[in-house]
Amino acid sequence: MTLQEALKKGKFVITAEIAPPKGTDVADVIEIGKVLRHLVNAINVTDQQSSTMRLGSMAVCVLLQKLGADPIYQLTCRDRNRIALQSDLLSAHVLGLRNVLALTGDLPELGDHYQAKQVYDIDSVHLLQAIAKLNGGFDMAGSELKGRTDLFPGAVANPGADTEAAYELQLIKFEKKVNAGAKFFQTQALFDVGTLDRFMKRVSRFNVPVFAGIVPLKSAGMARFMNKNIPGIHVPEDLIQHMARADDKEITGIRIAGNLIRQFKGYCQGVHIMAIGWEKKVPAILNAAGL
Amino acid sequence: MIVSKLKPWAEIEGYIAGDRAVFVLGCNGCAQSSGTGGSEQVAKMKVQIEAAGKKVSGTSVVDFLCQETLVASRLRPRAEELGSSDSIIVMTCGIGVQTVASVAGKACHPACDTVYMGGARGEWPAGVRCQECGECVLEFTGGICPLSACSKSLLSGACGGASAGKCELDKEKPCGWELIYNRLKSLNQLNKLSSFVPPKDHNKRMAYARAINTSFWNLENTNGGAGR
Repeated sequence: MTLQEALKKGKFVITAEIAPPKGTDVADVIEIGKVLRHLVNAINVTDQQSSTMRLGSMAVCVLLQKLGADPIYQLTCRDRNRIALQSDLLSAHVLGLRNVLALTGDLPELGDHYQAKQVYDIDSVHLLQAIAKLNGGFDMAGSELKGRTDLFPGAVANPGADTEAAYELQLIKFEKKVNAGAKFFQTQALFDVGTLDRFMKRVSRFNVPVFAGIVPLKSAGMARFMNKNIPGIHVPEDLIQHMARADDKEITGIRIAGNLIRQFKGYCQGVHIMAIGWEKKVPAILNAAGL
Repeated sequence: MIVSKLKPWAEIEGYIAGDRAVFVLGCNGCAQSSGTGGSEQVAKMKVQIEAAGKKVSGTSVVDFLCQETLVASRLRPRAEELGSSDSIIVMTCGIGVQTVASVAGKACHPACDTVYMGGARGEWPAGVRCQECGECVLEFTGGICPLSACSKSLLSGACGGASAGKCELDKEKPCGWELIYNRLKSLNQLNKLSSFVPPKDHNKRMAYARAINTSFWNLENTNGGAGR
């Protein structure tokens, strides 16, 4: 069932994320696509995440679609100005893509081409507005299109923002994104139900589905690294200890992720699994979650 | 010199729509030379505001609004008039508006757009920067420029990449949008964060190559114009 069908039917949505390869060898992406295509509702394809140059999201989305999967085309404002962004959206539509995740994008300086010029001509809210305009048959400049798009836009949120200012700013931007046409939200990875509950209490009034981010832990070290380096991620100490003591890190990591999905199920409309190299273990995670 | 031009009155009038009394502040530096913030323009602004049915609680023209210490010392004796104002209209470049906003503890409305000349820090070493975007947005951001303060120059709010109030680019650098949030909170103006700020007209902001080939730029930035 595709993302839009699942949402229409009010199903608990499952999305997973994959990263295109650095290069042209797509064998692994195809293999993952075959594993996930009937297990999840949609597969996000990242747009050169962490500002690391890779194969394009649009190309991988098209490959996944050929396999029968429902891709979510991730598009950032980091590398393209408004002309390129709109043109890529038209291209995505023509190639049959429908779901688009509008993002600002990581800073180029943090990636592998740190000398690159950052663009940010427009931001994620402006991008959502641009999608709404293209869907309405016009471009950002107000010119009429010969053939409109039929895109289904989504956005991201970070419920783990750690200061009052950062948290409130996330909520204000959430509302702006809803007003700009976002039809679903995917969140930064969460590791406790309290953070999700607190966030959902503030955003449920918008009636836009939220898919909570899930990252399976691979080790205690990985958890500590994320706590230290990734904004919005807070792995609780008991989970870190659990991983540290575990004899079989893989089974334990999968079980923890499955447990989190079980707990989150009552609070949001879906989960978004970012397996970071463990994409082929997503079936095991869903199994552990009883899905 | 930093070149500024007055915003359309309708825009300024919109900024002060909710205010009863305002204080008008001009600058005898570049803004006077630009014809946007000298005594003459401040007097005209006062008349315009009063004609719109608002009270002008006081006016002042400071030599250089980009000089924080100077601004603070010049505003101190005017505490009473400032105290009875709802806000300050600052008639100068983006640096001056940010400087006043950082010391005044009041909402500051920018009366001018700053014209692109390559980006500047003011005639005096200032603690803030102006990108000279030509479409000043300081009205909506508590007098802190998001183009300068945010690593991504975002207009719609924070990106989610901050930890403990610091930008992920540099653990020493505060998140610009958190600074804006905290400033607006202290001014009881958090509602401003819901304002929609449209994408920039980069033609105004990235016209450097074109600008430096104009006689205007030559006259402003070289000794009598290049090649003469």
